[in-house]
Amino acid sequence: MKSIFYKYKIGSKLMSLGLLLVLLLVWHGSTTVGKFDPTGKTDDEVMLMEMNGEIIPDPYNDGQYINNPEKSTTFPGPLKVVEKIKQEFSNPFHRKGTNDHGIGWLILYTLTVFAIGYLAASLVGVLLGVFIGLSRTLFEVLNPFLQVLKPISPVAWMPLLLYTVQDGKSVAVLVVFLASLWPTVANTAFGVSNIRNDYLRVARLLQFGWFRRFFTVILPGAAPSIVSGLRISFVSALVAIVPAEMLLGELGVGYNIWMEWNNLDIAGVMFAVLVFGAMGFILDSLLDRFARGVSFVE
Amino acid sequence: MSNNSEASHLNHSAADRKLAMKVDHVTKIFPVLKGSGAKTGDTFCVFKDVKFDVREGEFITMVGHSGCGKSTLLNIMAGFDKPSTGGIIVDGKEVTEPGLDRMVVFQSFALMPWLTCFDNVRVAVRSAHPDWSGPELDEHTQKYIDMMGLTGSEKKRPALLSGGMRQRVGIARAFCVNPKVLLLDEPFAQIDALTRGVIQEEMMAMWQRSNATVFMVTHDVDEAILLSDRIALMSNGPEAELAEIIDVNIPRPRTRQQMIESPEYSRVRNHILRFLISHQKQPGGSTEPAGKALTDSADESTNETPQKAEV
Ligand SMILES: Nc1ncnc2c1ncn2[C@@H]1O[C@H](COP(=O)(O)OP(=O)(O)OP(=O)(O)O)[C@@H](O)[C@H]1O
Ligand SMILES: [Mg+2]
Repeated sequence: MKSIFYKYKIGSKLMSLGLLLVLLLVWHGSTTVGKFDPTGKTDDEVMLMEMNGEIIPDPYNDGQYINNPEKSTTFPGPLKVVEKIKQEFSNPFHRKGTNDHGIGWLILYTLTVFAIGYLAASLVGVLLGVFIGLSRTLFEVLNPFLQVLKPISPVAWMPLLLYTVQDGKSVAVLVVFLASLWPTVANTAFGVSNIRNDYLRVARLLQFGWFRRFFTVILPGAAPSIVSGLRISFVSALVAIVPAEMLLGELGVGYNIWMEWNNLDIAGVMFAVLVFGAMGFILDSLLDRFARGVSFVE
Repeated sequence: MSNNSEASHLNHSAADRKLAMKVDHVTKIFPVLKGSGAKTGDTFCVFKDVKFDVREGEFITMVGHSGCGKSTLLNIMAGFDKPSTGGIIVDGKEVTEPGLDRMVVFQSFALMPWLTCFDNVRVAVRSAHPDWSGPELDEHTQKYIDMMGLTGSEKKRPALLSGGMRQRVGIARAFCVNPKVLLLDEPFAQIDALTRGVIQEEMMAMWQRSNATVFMVTHDVDEAILLSDRIALMSNGPEAELAEIIDVNIPRPRTRQQMIESPEYSRVRNHILRFLISHQKQPGGSTEPAGKALTDSADESTNETPQKAEV
């Protein structure tokens, strides 16, 4: 019993859950519509407010008022967001016109853009990194370029990309690509250039051809580094995709955030933000599983 | 492999054996690294004009003080490094690249940590026999795994094994391709003393079964005597030279006990110790005769039980 408790880290999980509960309660408490306090206001003023619909009579206490929840500008509470979640997931794949897509479509769209850009960047990044890591000369030639390109925010490329590529989805893919390219290149190059000389000697000794050397020695030898690069790239891509979709205004969860903001639907914004959190969490745990598969102990 | 005659390992026939590898007047000069007060262009000659033959089926060992260039020479023989002048000849051809005909057992084991023990050996078998099918590769690999007493550890990663077990994998990997010459650079230096003795004997058995030719570098004089047909002594660097090669005429198969009791053992051991002591802390001194006192003190140990003698 006790071992199971520790194995599944039940203690810490319970604490996480408790913390979540506390946060939800604080959120709920601070966003519930409060009683209207008439002190300092004349009866006329109160009457005017009622007529304007700013306050309504308290259904539970005669002669008292509460703030009108319809008119209130307060932040939406957790219940409202839960309601929004239920509503969105009740029909995730509806499609009414160009602007009203179900959340399922939006997630699918964002995931496709993300997957294409990220996977392409991973492939190119690993190959480029391997070449740079293997050749001192190539490293010295390309390093200045990398140093200049690396700090440029991928979103900064968008006008140029829009000008040249035009198609919105392709631009989003390219932004993700650019966001996830450099960390993979840099980490792969580092990993490859730090493979122990012993292993490379064994490869020479055993007369490995390029292909076998690449798959038997270089790739697995640099794998821990490559994976940490892929993870940094992953976060970087996830960060970049939001403003890219917002600016492009085509589709996707990032675009949805902006749409909901335009509709002044704060609960909708929060819902979309949460969707991003959930997507990142799920994708990251997949990546984590992959990382554990390729790591090794010296 | 099939030629398994013990007689071929007797020392008397050593001189008649065919040539396996020729170390032909090899000199190695390194550029001096900047920073230590040296000018660029300064050079540093590790050893010069080293020449000897490695004969087929023999076990030849090189002993010398640290820094005399033993590893450098072995790397040149393997093809990892190039000689400044001279060359290494195998099968009438000069060595330019590493190859399967000169397998190396590394002091650091050099096993790939992401492969299992079995696969670490199998990659070598596959290189040597690219035309073999999967089951053929597996069978040959298993044979060498079993021979080195690794049965049961096939699926383990090297990180899970002791140093001794790892070097067994290293030895299996080297022997399994049946190389013309095996090159061992202090293969037992990183293994604890008790295991070391066991693995030395295992390797000796492996060598006799496979009729292999071995060139080994070591610091351990007893190890050299136990395993070798001939022992090459290097003088001190810089500009080290191959001072002499001595025969070890202890009959085979050898055991440690039998070796210790053999008068030949005392003779060879004293000879080597005297050589090493006389070359202590004498940079550049290669052939000066040893002082009388040193010679005597070395002689005294003749009839005692051997103590660990390491350079
Ligand atoms: N790449 C290199 N560049 C410059 N000097 C080197 C290089 N490699 C080795 N040396 C020098 O050559 C000399 C011989 O080195 P080597 O490793 O061959 O000695 P060794 O006899 O194997 O010593 P040990 O017994 O300690 O292993 C040393 O002084 C070393 O500093
Ligand atoms: Mg050495």
